[in-house]
Amino acid sequence: MTEGNGQGEQPALSPENQAVIQLTRKDFVSDQEVRWCPGCGDYSILAQTQKVMPDFGYPKENIVFISGIGCSGRLPYYMNTFGFHTIHGRAPTMATGLKATRPDLMVWVITGDGDALSIGGNHVLHSMRRNVDFKMVMFNNRIYGLTKGQASPTSELGKRTKSTPAGTIDTPIMPLTVALAAEASFVARSVDTHTEHLQATLERAGYHKGSAFVEVLQNCNIFNDGAWRDFTDREVREDRMLMLEDGKPMIFGKERDKGIRLRGLHPEVVSLGDGVSEDDLLVHDEHAEEPYLALMLSRMWWPEFPVPVGVLRAVTRPTHDELLTGQIDSAVASTGEGDLARVLKSGETWTVE
Amino acid sequence: MTTETEEPRVREHELDRVTIRFAGDSGDGMQLTGTQFTRTAAVFGNDISTLPDFPAEIRAPAGSLPGVSGFQISFSSNDIHTPGDQPDVLVAMNPAALKTNVGDLPAGGALIVNGDAFTQQNLNKAAYTANPLTDGSLKQYNVFEIPISTLNARALEGLDMTNKQVDLTKNFFALGIMFWLYERSMDPTLRWIDQKFSARPVIAEANKRALKAGYAFGETTEIFHERYLVPPAHLEPGVYRNITGNEATAIGFLAASRLAHRPLFYGSYPITPASDILHQLSTYKNFGVRTFQAEDEIAAIGAAIGASYGGGLGMTATSGPGIALKSEALGLAVMVELPLVVCDIQRAGPSTGMPTKTEQADLLQVMFGRNSDSPIPIVAPATPAECFDFAIEAWRIALKYVTPVVYLSDAFLATGAEPWKIPALKDLPNISVENATDPATFRPYARDPETLARMWAVPGTKGLEHRIGGLEKADISGNVSYDPENHHRMQVLRAEKVAGIARDIPPLEVFGPEEGDLLMLGWGSTYGAIRSAVERLQADGHSVAHAHLRYLNPFPANTEQVVRSYRRVLVPEVNLGQLVMLIRARFLVDAVGYDRVRGKPFRIAELVNEANRVLKSSDRWLAGASPRSSESESQQEAQGADQ
Repeated sequence: MTEGNGQGEQPALSPENQAVIQLTRKDFVSDQEVRWCPGCGDYSILAQTQKVMPDFGYPKENIVFISGIGCSGRLPYYMNTFGFHTIHGRAPTMATGLKATRPDLMVWVITGDGDALSIGGNHVLHSMRRNVDFKMVMFNNRIYGLTKGQASPTSELGKRTKSTPAGTIDTPIMPLTVALAAEASFVARSVDTHTEHLQATLERAGYHKGSAFVEVLQNCNIFNDGAWRDFTDREVREDRMLMLEDGKPMIFGKERDKGIRLRGLHPEVVSLGDGVSEDDLLVHDEHAEEPYLALMLSRMWWPEFPVPVGVLRAVTRPTHDELLTGQIDSAVASTGEGDLARVLKSGETWTVE
Repeated sequence: MTTETEEPRVREHELDRVTIRFAGDSGDGMQLTGTQFTRTAAVFGNDISTLPDFPAEIRAPAGSLPGVSGFQISFSSNDIHTPGDQPDVLVAMNPAALKTNVGDLPAGGALIVNGDAFTQQNLNKAAYTANPLTDGSLKQYNVFEIPISTLNARALEGLDMTNKQVDLTKNFFALGIMFWLYERSMDPTLRWIDQKFSARPVIAEANKRALKAGYAFGETTEIFHERYLVPPAHLEPGVYRNITGNEATAIGFLAASRLAHRPLFYGSYPITPASDILHQLSTYKNFGVRTFQAEDEIAAIGAAIGASYGGGLGMTATSGPGIALKSEALGLAVMVELPLVVCDIQRAGPSTGMPTKTEQADLLQVMFGRNSDSPIPIVAPATPAECFDFAIEAWRIALKYVTPVVYLSDAFLATGAEPWKIPALKDLPNISVENATDPATFRPYARDPETLARMWAVPGTKGLEHRIGGLEKADISGNVSYDPENHHRMQVLRAEKVAGIARDIPPLEVFGPEEGDLLMLGWGSTYGAIRSAVERLQADGHSVAHAHLRYLNPFPANTEQVVRSYRRVLVPEVNLGQLVMLIRARFLVDAVGYDRVRGKPFRIAELVNEANRVLKSSDRWLAGASPRSSESESQQEAQGADQ
């Protein structure tokens, strides 16, 4: 098993890494000109990513950003780390092979709603269940931006786009529900414009050992402007979003006067007072062994509910590379280092004089 | 032996070569029976060649025609190249096996049948209206009807087994008969039984009794009047083992990992006939081999690319349909110029085709089956044992030229076996390469002036942080570029890099005269049939040579000179003319193809016939007749002769 930021939350710092921690955001800015549309939410995600990167204690040459296709796919070019802009939907597969061969690296996968949930859906499913130790940041703008405005798997039912002039007839996917169903060990949501929350969320993801799935609600001001505005705008966000805090009751609202209570198997919004106290509210538990609570949160949506943001689930289980390395180590321990000459001569042999 | 009797009841003969086919229901253990006979013949010192032939159905209905499984082995005191055109002996365990195989048995051939299996029910399942054992339809063969099931059950009496378990051992009774008939020791199989069933002593005892009972039956009954000895072959001195193509492929890749000092990462999605490589490599964990059963073909190659990006030996294997799925990722590997080996163990297609049957029809797919000009080197071993060498060679090229490489095998190579002289470790090539480490000189797309390999730096190298990807790269810097002239330059550079490998591979060797009337040019698993055909043609006094391409992209540097040195070039392929198209296009040589896609290897005789036809038509052509009309005429003749 590899040491490092094992056991979850804090990286173990080697003397070399202590020096690295002196890095700043600027060290992670590459010399490439950023080419997203002015006003795109991706700028903020890039900036927050660069800001949190020095915190993890990895030398920047040990950090790899891998992306698929779409506007999000460009991000690695702007990070002064190792970077690999792969093909549509397949970034998790490259990350899996890389991590299996190089457990020493910190690997980030940058993807979008089309890349991760449409063409690459199968790989999200399987990398999460394997608990491959990478951090997947999915930019969700509910639209295909790079191909100029077609419906995506998260576009709302009835959405009119270039490819769906009469409205899409496909029920949208709930990304976090998918990640949880695929056994992701870390699942979180944040918003491009909520910069502090986004930084904190990326930081949590970076410290997580295992598959981390972070959905970032991101605005495409060209093809789907205001996709999340109804609940993310500054004036309404406190009433329409639920900031999850581990171990705390689920309270929201400008006046912190509303909460989430469980009735039977269903959540409901209640007003505090009038016989309802904080003790009646659901208490968030990121570490619950079974993901029932997280699954419920993943399906709560405006306007019926405030939209939960923050960490829905964070549990520890062995990662793919730990298990793989473990099998290798135990094979070596039980049979010794491989002897090629012996393999060549295995089975029945005979000698011709 | 029979020395104590005055008049030997059984006459002994010495033969150079015998071909046996075991055929039965897929539940009858024919593959195991064939494998045991193969091991025994190999250990005895014969040259061997095998052809397993099994249905895709895991358990087709018992006794049915689609459920028939066969295993042909040819063993010889000479150097042989094929599992034999036709069996000398057919062992048929039931009516369905008889029906599907007897057509290949030449008149006078020996036919050993399990008479107990010829019940009305089994005859119905095989769609026999009358019992072939009694209706006279087999009179051209030398038929030995033996109640194998009954005799075997009697031999196993007293063992604590169900009737069904007893019946499952009858294949070893048949094997015992064959061991007696061909004067083989039972020892290797008895040892194998002890090892295999060490935890189940009753089953071990049953199989040993079945084998010995079959042998004793051969010795004591009076139905066999002859037995045959095929003396050991004169193989080159050394230590040998028996090996299939897939086994040789797997240990070749293992060796490549050792020789390159890099961990092997093998991503694969289960697919016939490539899965055995995954199974075998997954047992080499103590070598640091990382096997990864991916969620699909695309993930398998994606993970392999990721492993190579990290500095490992990333590879994947599949068959034709899987290559189709991997094509986009192969293009990425071309663009990012990372070492990668992709194996295509070809099978009959298109689409799902005939998954367990052989074909060599993916050549053009791996050559051209990607968007844009996307050159990839291709190597193709010709025999099961060569699979080992070319697994290493594929990695030598991939690492030295920093490029994806395709390794083409097929179902016949993958499952066929031959003796393999085990190489000494010190004779294996050093294929290790260094990664870039110097920030002062590192440019991601700067190239080695000789090989045109780009500078390859792996994550974790201080000061060498850089970005690669599927977008076109600026020459040298590797930054994203849409510059028109740069794109042209990069396309040419990628093509030249692959073409330049021709300077680094052995020339195409010719077996036979350096110039003459006919060159038979092949690639891949047709080697044995073509070589045997050319040997016969040469023995008949024809001026015929054989050349076999192991490198299909690029071709060896002397290929053009070789194909121009003969009046005619005949290219036999188990496809509808793929290599012949490349040869004609590349060299403007009037090569002709010979193609039969039956899911089976070529027979030697059909290649001899075709070569004779081409030789004859070229004589007429030289005498003044138009080649086209004379060819179609002789084709009719040849067809007439076939019927």
